[in-house]
Amino acid sequence: MNVLVCVKQVPDTTEIKIDPVTNTLIRDGVPSILNTFDGFALEAAARLKDKLPETKIVALCMGPPQATAALKDCLAIAADKAYLVSGRTFGGSDTLATSYILSKAVEKVEELEGKFDAIFCGKQAIDGDTAQVGPELAEHLGYPQVTYALECEIKDNKLAVLKEGSDGNMRIGVPFPCLVTFTKPSFDPRFPTIKRKIAAGRAQIPVLGDDAFPDIDKTRIGLKGSPTHVKRTFVPVRKKSGLIIQEETGGASALKLAQALNEAHVI
Amino acid sequence: MESKTKDLWVYIELKEDGSARSVGLELLNPGRALAEKQGGALVGVVIGDGVNAAVKEAGAYGADKVLVVEGPEYKDYSTDAYAAAMCHLVEKYSPATLLIGATPNGRDLGPRISCRLKTGLTADCTGLDIDEETGCVAWTRPAFGGNLMATILCPDHRPQIGTVRPGVFKKAAPRTEHEAEMIRDDFRVSADHIRTEILEVIKEAADEIVDLEGAEIIVSGGRGVGGPEGFAPVKELAAALGATVGASRAAVDSGWIAHSHQVGQTGKTVGPKLYIACGISGAIQHLAGMSGSDCIVAINKDPDAPIFNVANYGIVGNLFEVLPVLTKEIQKLKA
Repeated sequence: MNVLVCVKQVPDTTEIKIDPVTNTLIRDGVPSILNTFDGFALEAAARLKDKLPETKIVALCMGPPQATAALKDCLAIAADKAYLVSGRTFGGSDTLATSYILSKAVEKVEELEGKFDAIFCGKQAIDGDTAQVGPELAEHLGYPQVTYALECEIKDNKLAVLKEGSDGNMRIGVPFPCLVTFTKPSFDPRFPTIKRKIAAGRAQIPVLGDDAFPDIDKTRIGLKGSPTHVKRTFVPVRKKSGLIIQEETGGASALKLAQALNEAHVI
Repeated sequence: MESKTKDLWVYIELKEDGSARSVGLELLNPGRALAEKQGGALVGVVIGDGVNAAVKEAGAYGADKVLVVEGPEYKDYSTDAYAAAMCHLVEKYSPATLLIGATPNGRDLGPRISCRLKTGLTADCTGLDIDEETGCVAWTRPAFGGNLMATILCPDHRPQIGTVRPGVFKKAAPRTEHEAEMIRDDFRVSADHIRTEILEVIKEAADEIVDLEGAEIIVSGGRGVGGPEGFAPVKELAAALGATVGASRAAVDSGWIAHSHQVGQTGKTVGPKLYIACGISGAIQHLAGMSGSDCIVAINKDPDAPIFNVANYGIVGNLFEVLPVLTKEIQKLKA
């Protein structure tokens, strides 16, 4: 098996605060992390490798040069190889342009590492939350897709994927090559070993830059190649607080609340 | 890339029994306003096998026309068959705008078709308007875990497509006697073009189905409930109100309750008439999933908890003292 795991480096959105004076995001000092859902995708690949030790796991990330840190995390946890896609002309890409560049990067990495049987992605990135790049990459490559996956195993020369749906879980069979996006499973992803961590720290990560893809259509990348544009951003307005009840005892507060809800015809 | 019509389409996703999922009917309501501003018709799109109930519902909730693709290959959702059918319809009838509910299947379908049609998609919108300058749909959505809102335009590509979260918009009042004009399209997909197969459906037992998105009242527990047994008074209050039990990420991550109960950025987005948050501090990720509720009640020990900033009613107090009395009082009021 040859598995590609696509990852993104993201700001830890649980650490983001709003500047109360300027009402803007405070990005300084917010740590950059491997996108949580991509960690689940990597774990799924690692679990396939647990059963089939000859499996090769390659990690691919598009982002600025410092995103190599996310790839080193992947190497420390389970990846055998890692590639960074990074170039000025790629900046400002929306999901459609990003997935197009990634599809070119997949072709390029396959020249070096061989065809991938499966491409695993996180369901979505925790900064953009779009859940679009995975399915769009599958479309560019012409691969079948399964989204919202929890876990997977190889069965009868297919990938059997347990996935979440609106009305419960189901198991989907999908032939290779395929693309699967992963959501949060019921188990915790593994931690890196010290040995792998040291090796990852020393690893040289090849960069696929602006000129790495000679046949790329330059009108379909970057800000200009993106069909969607951000018109404006703003911090959400929270409505003012309502009636606060704080009686002597919790019970007395409860009675007052029940009365208020009843009078407002909420219950 | 101009569209040939100014029509606005709403994808009406079906439930297993062939009736419409709530979100499609919800989207007909803001869809109506957008379609009128753009000067086009409001069209429901139904794909499935046995669609009469949904076609009727789409008409009742506001669609002028309903486009139907029907066949046994559409009985269960598959990316391959549904994407092929939707792209066929878009290319043939050329709408200006397409709204899709941001359900698991909607979020599977949306990026697949927007990529095939080489157009823009805005995911998980919570606000819809028309940008006065360009006449494009102004899609507003949360980013950075709900810390920031972004308004996005798709100026030069059609159709402009967005997925919209369930529960954000309310359904219009139904017009029972209104029937939409039905347009059948005989597009078919052969079995060998559907590459995935459903091997097994793992149904949740009837008493385990958690319908947060359709719930009128939700009672949620967070870190403050302290453990799995701490959900008992939460569940008792929910039972007294006929409510669905929700939870914050902290409670789910601690393993106190299943993920299917989770409300927030990585869980469900809800918009009930009444949302009671018990022992939930109100992290922005949680607020992103429930601040659209009509009435919010917060019960928390910490008077500085951010949940109070969005609450219509708040009790500063110990939930284990408050909830049993509240439950009894509500039982009395309802008796």
